Amino acid sequence: MSPTPSAHLHLAVALDGTGWHPASWRDPAARPRDLFTAGYWADQITEAERGLLDFVTIEDGLGPQSSRRYEPDERTDQVRGRLDAVLIASRVAPLTRHIGLVPTVVATHTEPFHISKAIATLDYVSTGRAGLRVRISARPDEAAHFGRRTIRRTDAPDGGEPITELFDEAADYVEVVRRLWDSWEDDAEIRDAATGRFIDRDKLHYIDFEGRFFSVKGPSITPRPPQGQPLVTALAHQTVPYRLVARQADIGYVTPHDADQARAIVTEIRAEQRAAGRAGEPLHVFGDLVVLLDDSEAAARARLDRLDTLAGEPYRGDARVFTGTAGQLADLLEELATGGLTGFRLRPAVTGHDLPRVTGDLVPELQRRGRFRTAYDATTLRGHLGLTRPANRYATTAA
Amino acid sequence: MSKPLKQIHLAAHFPGVNNTTVWSDPAAGSHIEFSSFVHFARTAERAKFDFLFLAEGLRLREQGGEIYDLDVVGRPDTFTVLAALAAVTDRLGLTGTINSTFNEPYEVARQFASLDHLSGGRSAWNVVTSWDAFTGENFRRGGFLPQEERYSRAKEFLATAHELFDSWHGDEIIADQATGTFLRDARAGAFVHKGQHFDIQGRFNVPRSPQGRPVIFQAGDSDEGREFAAADADAIFSRYSTLKEGQAFYTDVKSRLAKYGRRPEELLILPAATFVLGDTDEEAAELAHEVRRQQVSGATAIKHLEFVWNRDLSAYDPEGPLPDVDPVVAEEHISRGRAQVRMYRDPLAIAREWRELAEANKWSIRDLVINTGNRQTFIGSPATVARTINEFVQADASDGFILVPHITPGGLDPFADRVVPLLQEQGVFRADYEGTTLRDHLGLDHPDTGRRTGAPAERAAS
Repeated sequence: MSPTPSAHLHLAVALDGTGWHPASWRDPAARPRDLFTAGYWADQITEAERGLLDFVTIEDGLGPQSSRRYEPDERTDQVRGRLDAVLIASRVAPLTRHIGLVPTVVATHTEPFHISKAIATLDYVSTGRAGLRVRISARPDEAAHFGRRTIRRTDAPDGGEPITELFDEAADYVEVVRRLWDSWEDDAEIRDAATGRFIDRDKLHYIDFEGRFFSVKGPSITPRPPQGQPLVTALAHQTVPYRLVARQADIGYVTPHDADQARAIVTEIRAEQRAAGRAGEPLHVFGDLVVLLDDSEAAARARLDRLDTLAGEPYRGDARVFTGTAGQLADLLEELATGGLTGFRLRPAVTGHDLPRVTGDLVPELQRRGRFRTAYDATTLRGHLGLTRPANRYATTAA
Repeated sequence: MSKPLKQIHLAAHFPGVNNTTVWSDPAAGSHIEFSSFVHFARTAERAKFDFLFLAEGLRLREQGGEIYDLDVVGRPDTFTVLAALAAVTDRLGLTGTINSTFNEPYEVARQFASLDHLSGGRSAWNVVTSWDAFTGENFRRGGFLPQEERYSRAKEFLATAHELFDSWHGDEIIADQATGTFLRDARAGAFVHKGQHFDIQGRFNVPRSPQGRPVIFQAGDSDEGREFAAADADAIFSRYSTLKEGQAFYTDVKSRLAKYGRRPEELLILPAATFVLGDTDEEAAELAHEVRRQQVSGATAIKHLEFVWNRDLSAYDPEGPLPDVDPVVAEEHISRGRAQVRMYRDPLAIAREWRELAEANKWSIRDLVINTGNRQTFIGSPATVARTINEFVQADASDGFILVPHITPGGLDPFADRVVPLLQEQGVFRADYEGTTLRDHLGLDHPDTGRRTGAPAERAAS
């Protein structure tokens, strides 16, 4: 599964508000007042498409952003508030032609039936460019927004909510979503005027999912989407989420800080993949990096320092923070790729500044090195990633 | 001086899963592909309609234990389609039917507030209820709601959603890059709701949207449904499209508003209406007959009769007489996931009435279904249809119509091209949009609850 050294890398950009640095909104390029308009998102995503990127992800959550892990804060000096990511993706889909659209969905408090048809529909409105990034919510305050369950902090004295349960539930959730996508065979709509039948009901399937956390009957109300199975992606930092990636995802995002870590993580995910019985199936592992790109390393570093000063503390995230030139970033990506990563999801520290640097500097640099496409050669997101359209699990082999 | 003419409101219902949608016509396209929605929405916007309307269904219909296959089956997700349509239209309102039983207020409020932002103030929510365990089988909590609780949940759902919409006032975002103040108020979006159905609290994470709240539609017809609408809705999607019934409904609902401190013009009454146009009235009548025959095949007629008989009638000849056996009156119904069945509350009486009708007119089963169910509301030349619609509205039988064409996606085109110009000539329909939001189109106030800046309040918050 490891790529040859000359293979193309895959590149995605993770969009989150004005950028990943908490002070990013104060950058002159940030446009913080436009965050809640369609135009802002259309501009970012069309910029990413200009750079021929595989896809964008759009962050989301069911509560306000917070500097704290388990609860909201009351800060007024950072961006708070965001629009529904699926709807942003859908709003921008008709304005773009090639780029994949991967909104975040929260498995913990939403219905897999609703999300399955929403992402299937995103696939229709984008003619085959939809995916989702599934995540859990371990915040008690977000659970209180729904009032259907309580979630205790994992750092509570009694150990709190077992995080494995939330991930097991997310795995069931994705299983339901995937079964619903397959619940219509591709040729179920027959419009047979002679018999008056619009569909061949034998080609529609009850999914009859019965799990520990919920059960869902099916079939979907939405026919099988253009890609058959839109892309399922997840971010993972340790064994439990690696297992979700290995069991259910097409792409896992991981956060190695060097090539050795990348190699170790990929090895662990591949082992989990074998254990899940998916050894032969394609599964991309992408490295996540926060990026600040400038003409010199010193300029990038100075920009990070300025942002840190504005934020009042040094930025520390889960992913490695890169400061430097596009050439240096290209070097780093090539080095990390030797650890078995097949692509990268770059998180612009300041979207308005660093996204145009990705598309305008990094992409041409990678193209010069023969490591990135020079034109889109596919029309679907699966196509960009070299994934074929999967067979329907319910389709009878007779034909 | 005579009373000034009322302005007509017009909207369009996308023809999909509906027993009036003709899918066998060579002109019938996809009801799933986005290009169909684009065509339909652009026609509605070209005609300066108030809004586009999407229905919803959360489980495929079944009859006799099998998925019903004679009508259009399948539909895309409402929110996702509406958000995408916001990209290909500028003014058209975007109305989505969203169920209050199998959703949660925080999520639905977030989606509507997001849609309102992403469309520049064009979102509307048709609040519907459901209680059946059949639909519940598709949802993680499964289960269902006792029928008597469905309106109480719906009311509380809507009230809770309003609390969430109002939790931001519209002036919180400062985003001053120099001083570093993004939010004026550290507690923006804070809410607490403790009620019978929802016990929730926290922080809503979508800032106040252009319309403040989406426009609220309600579709129920029961006494409770009418009260619900009088108290909380901006518009009713009604099903009375004959003059007399329309006037009775109009008078009844509008008279209920005063007790909620509301004026009659704060609730619009918009029945669903179908139409068939021809160059002449005679041609339209012939065409209407043809359309009815396309809508009701022999197989469809038998299935329709089963809604009343509640038993398998597949052995009967659709071109023959009505069954002489009586309907089965039982809790369990042969047809599931279909609201229509609830119209037949006394199946024995309906069966009697239909047998008499069929005998008197020498109708077969198919003739009976063609002639009793879902006849087109407006049939005639463009001039006849324009005149009839205007008479209906001026006579206070409605404030306008939600048109349901029978062909996807081009079925609205002849209405837009031939009827709308006549209404415009008569000065009863807008020649162009005057405002940018759906509330502007409908002549509704923008809710000002808690708003501290922006347009001056026209009325106090209720």
